[in-house]
Amino acid sequence: MSKANSYTTGPDENGRFGIFGGRFVAETLMPLILDLEKAYGAARQDPAFLDQLQDLQTHYVGRPSPLYFAERLTEHYGGAKIYLKRDELNHTGSHKINNCLGQILLAKRMGKRRIIAETGAGQHGVAVATVAARFGLPCTVFMGATDIERQKPNVFRMKLLGAEIMPVTSGAGTLKDAMNEALRDWVTNVDSTFYIIGTVAGPHPYPAMVRDFQSIIGQETKQQMLEREGRLPDTLCACIGGGSNAMGLFYPFLDDESVDIIGVEAGGHGIDTPEHAASLAGGKPGVLHGNRTYLLQDDDGQITEGHSISAGLDYPGIGPEHAYLKDTGRVTYVSATDQEALDAFQLCTKLEGIIPALEPSHALSHVGKIAPDLPSDHLLVMNMCGRGDKDVFSVAEHLNVDIG
Amino acid sequence: MQQTRLDNTFKKLGESNSKAFVAFVSAGDPDPVTSLKIMHGLPTAGADIIELGMPFTDPMADGPSIQASSQRALKAGMTLKGTLDMVRQFRTDNDETPIVLMGYYNPVYIYGVDAFIHDAKQAGVDGLIIVDLPPEEDEELCIPALNAGLNFIRLATPTTDDARLPEVLAKTSGFVYYVSITGITGSASPERNVVEEAVARVKRHTDLPVAVGFGIRTAEQAEAIASVADGAVVGSALVDVIAESLDSHGGSSPETVTETLKKAQELADGVKRA
Repeated sequence: MSKANSYTTGPDENGRFGIFGGRFVAETLMPLILDLEKAYGAARQDPAFLDQLQDLQTHYVGRPSPLYFAERLTEHYGGAKIYLKRDELNHTGSHKINNCLGQILLAKRMGKRRIIAETGAGQHGVAVATVAARFGLPCTVFMGATDIERQKPNVFRMKLLGAEIMPVTSGAGTLKDAMNEALRDWVTNVDSTFYIIGTVAGPHPYPAMVRDFQSIIGQETKQQMLEREGRLPDTLCACIGGGSNAMGLFYPFLDDESVDIIGVEAGGHGIDTPEHAASLAGGKPGVLHGNRTYLLQDDDGQITEGHSISAGLDYPGIGPEHAYLKDTGRVTYVSATDQEALDAFQLCTKLEGIIPALEPSHALSHVGKIAPDLPSDHLLVMNMCGRGDKDVFSVAEHLNVDIG
Repeated sequence: MQQTRLDNTFKKLGESNSKAFVAFVSAGDPDPVTSLKIMHGLPTAGADIIELGMPFTDPMADGPSIQASSQRALKAGMTLKGTLDMVRQFRTDNDETPIVLMGYYNPVYIYGVDAFIHDAKQAGVDGLIIVDLPPEEDEELCIPALNAGLNFIRLATPTTDDARLPEVLAKTSGFVYYVSITGITGSASPERNVVEEAVARVKRHTDLPVAVGFGIRTAEQAEAIASVADGAVVGSALVDVIAESLDSHGGSSPETVTETLKKAQELADGVKRA
């Protein structure tokens, strides 16, 4: 593929990033996503919409999130200067709220009366339930039965926030199945319902819209780094399931050629085993959930289940813009295994007093692989996109600790 | 485009003023051998057109019945290649009944669009319904399929308004599949007068026959819907009979074929009364 003049021009009018993306949905939904595209196009140019969003980001979410110099991790690895973008300090504990606020304001603007969402780890579900409570809209969250079992704290939080939880038992009962069920609900309740997709996937305009709402992460990082170090970072690193936190951090830097960008997929038990969720490393292009992207699938085009210790990463697909950035070579994609993430989780907790979610623990484990060989003036930013409170029970289980 | 089996079938039905009964089953449900027997029996049971589901792991527009049917077929080893083989075998003694493949794009995309069109055509497939390929994605499969002489049957839905209908109908051929409800297959049952109005709306934009589906479960409903359209499509109610006939291990029983065809006959009788 020839080198693009800019990596930030996508998607085109058909919702494509190169061959990826698109609008592969049932006819019933087609008029809705065309409406959504129009409404979003108008909203993003409306100062009143943007002002309201910014006000909420400041006073409700607590943005900007700090760019924190992780002194002890830096010391431990003995190489690059490691900064953590602290999106885990956001209200609700992850980056997911950035996108949910944008989408619920859009839902209100479009006169929608009901919110639905899918969730894996429950971080997106909690963020959706939160904004639905804040704006007084009824909310139904689809969650795989397997995930409900391993993310109990988040399930209860969503219930407290007034959301209805719909357990999904089809397939393996994880994120992919929850998304199927949310789409089925949407197709049934087209008039009343707004579907808040949690990641940079789905039919156009979702991948671009979610990216835009998450780009505040990268915009702040850029400004904060310029203020602190007087220059751009050298390396960015973020974990990827669907890829919204990564897209949010990466996007404002895509045309800064000096910046190395690395996405870390969930390697599960290893990408040479069938048990992983690394769609880019182990999948091939296909069409699912409204877009063409890399998918874990068999030779017959049947979608296979992703596996990861982290319920937020075990999706068999990935946002189409990541697929494009992989094929163009702009972003390097690697993976980290369950065990590596678990080790990084414990290390970060002990050295920095920050309990990371298992999702960014994957990114941190990769930081640990590259930081020691980098010079001490190398500026490395990792997106700490979520806090680990939700994971303490499942981590205890993996460490064979009984905490009752 | 040349006259296809679909065109001939609707023409013949039109001449005798009768309506089309379109029967849906998933290829390979509950296993390839039983499924082929059901398929062979459907025309005799009164099916004018067979809609053969291409099993997919993630059938996003389908309700629990067809999801389960798709899962049974996949578990029994059905693939897209296997589906085309079934059509080929069916054609060895039936050259008349139109076969429309219905499913989702990914298995076709992975098979390879050109190879798929070639093999489908050769096997004796007449048309395609691909749920997740709206007109916005016509270049993927619709245009190459039409060029190869396969009908591309589009779904029109209650959300397809008058402004959009011409775009949806532009490259539709064979017939128009009107989805009678906003929802998934096998859920709410449509109301006759609402469907009547909707079919009239579609017909203001096209001369093609209009078949109506999603939510028709009984012979009475099939009769009511067929009376205001050119045909009625039934899927979930048929695959539910397959599900209920299975033995305790989920395998086919001696009743699987007979019960399914009996249900098809009831539905066909309903349609023929319309």
